[in-house]
Amino acid sequence: MSAQNRPIISMTGITKVYSVGGEEVRALDNANLLIREGEFVSIIGPSGSGKSTLMNIIGCLDVADSGEYILDGQSIEQYSEEELARIRNKKIGFIFQNFNLLSRMSALANVELPLIYQRLHLSERKEKAQRALDRVGLTDRSSHKPTELSGGQQQRVAIARALATDPAILLADEPTGNLDSKTGDDIMELFRELHRAGDTIVLITHNEEIAAQAQRRIRIMDGHVSEVGV
Amino acid sequence: MILQSVKMAWEAITSNKMRSFLTMLGIIIGVVALVVLVSLVNGATGAVTSEISTLGNDMVTVSISDDKGSPIRLEDLDTIAALDAVGEAAPSDSMNATAKFGYSDATVSLYGTTPAYYNIQGLTLQYGRFLKSADVQNASYVVVLAYDTAEELFGSADVVGESLTIGGRSFLVVGVLEKDTSIFSSMIGGYSAYAPFTVESRMADSPYVTSISISPAGNTDNTESQVNSFMLARFHQDEDAYRLMNMSSISDALSTITGTLSLLLGGIAAISLLVGGIGIMNIMLVSVTERTKEIGIRKAIGAGKKSIMMQFLIEALMVSLMGCLLGLTLSWIILAIASSIAKTISFSMSLNVVLLAVGFSSAIGLIFGLYPANKAANKHPIEALRYEG
Repeated sequence: MSAQNRPIISMTGITKVYSVGGEEVRALDNANLLIREGEFVSIIGPSGSGKSTLMNIIGCLDVADSGEYILDGQSIEQYSEEELARIRNKKIGFIFQNFNLLSRMSALANVELPLIYQRLHLSERKEKAQRALDRVGLTDRSSHKPTELSGGQQQRVAIARALATDPAILLADEPTGNLDSKTGDDIMELFRELHRAGDTIVLITHNEEIAAQAQRRIRIMDGHVSEVGV
Repeated sequence: MILQSVKMAWEAITSNKMRSFLTMLGIIIGVVALVVLVSLVNGATGAVTSEISTLGNDMVTVSISDDKGSPIRLEDLDTIAALDAVGEAAPSDSMNATAKFGYSDATVSLYGTTPAYYNIQGLTLQYGRFLKSADVQNASYVVVLAYDTAEELFGSADVVGESLTIGGRSFLVVGVLEKDTSIFSSMIGGYSAYAPFTVESRMADSPYVTSISISPAGNTDNTESQVNSFMLARFHQDEDAYRLMNMSSISDALSTITGTLSLLLGGIAAISLLVGGIGIMNIMLVSVTERTKEIGIRKAIGAGKKSIMMQFLIEALMVSLMGCLLGLTLSWIILAIASSIAKTISFSMSLNVVLLAVGFSSAIGLIFGLYPANKAANKHPIEALRYEG
């Protein structure tokens, strides 16, 4: 059924070159990628494979040197930082390995943060943030600070923060990397649940086992992107 | 958005209270220096100026040292008073004499004058009346006492109708002046008494007027020049025969001095505020580095350059304004203490000084917050996210 859905991520001929110590490194070499709405895709690759570069480009933290990238119908070109920030805010929900929550703020305030940058009104913000926390099963933890929460709960807060803006994709970078296997399984279960609810998820990992839980796997190696087992 | 930035700034400031306070300290000291110094100078200036005006701000005095054979008589004062720029003119010759009442005695300065003296000097009566023209014409032995003189001799001030002797002659007290609380009178000290010119000149054996107080009609400087030309004509163009003093020129000179003084002190205070601003910049730079990760997170979830810039700029502004507020409070306390110690002088914070302090602190917060805020805003999100502090 997902094959008929409209594309969310469409990359053609994406190339990104870094120069490290005067030497050119092709982090991404003519990469093509198509992810449709509602898909749960994992991107696997060892470290140094160009995985991070791909994630940064998908997440609009960086722009490609050449090639075409269309995110949710919008072509991402050489935008200014300000414009890229706005696109990230609206279309991307980041989930990081080390949660990246702001420790000074409560769970609810953390989830509200992207909504603040959308300039939503207080009541709407609170409502959306609370709804996102409800979705990850942390309804009663909203006033706790990250340091008062377990790793799994912190990651759930981070997922809620990503969900709060109703982004086009959830972009998770090794979301279970800092968790024990039991908690990791719970988080993966949460992702599957979100997938069933219709969210588009891109999960980046080096762990084959984790990657296998996705609906579709994409392998990246030395800057080349290829489909696994299709 | 601004409200949110204010909230974020407040969280950041309160999350490290000690550091925030130490950062503010520079501004606090700067503001206290600015406000206290300027207010002290203003308070002192105000006090001195009002003292001078009680001496008779709008007054020209002439003292004649050499009459060149044409001495000034009482009638000549009418000629002076008739000049356009002159209001009134009165003699203010004085002599020292011993005043006695019962067993108490005191050395008093006895002024020989006319009724016009009352207005020229801006005197006020507590009891009785001042001298009258008839007293002068009849050379009546009546006297008006200063409050302190009456108290010293009689032990009380309400002594109208009593008699006393001055220089061996009996005088009837017709009036007592109000108590003079000015610093000048306490500095000059002594006891004064006012008798008709005709009486005093007889006692002093100097029938001519050698000292004149003149009140202006309009501009004091015009009065000064008109009286000056009158005197020059009278004394054969000899400037050394008399000395002319314009009281308002003294207060003009004084205000120039205090103006310069407050500018100088304000300048010094401004420098310490500037140093406080550098302190803010220093801590903000540290804070930006420490919070690199936070900046990365914020940028990843969609904070633009402007939002980050705003957040740090408002934080710097808030630190300096909070410092300013604490400084103003402290200044207020210091000035209240200073006023209670100085008693006669009241030091108050003028609105202008407060506005100056607030304006200066805001400017400093903005200027010195700009560089760190810009640094924060320009951090690359990927590198900032990777930063482990």
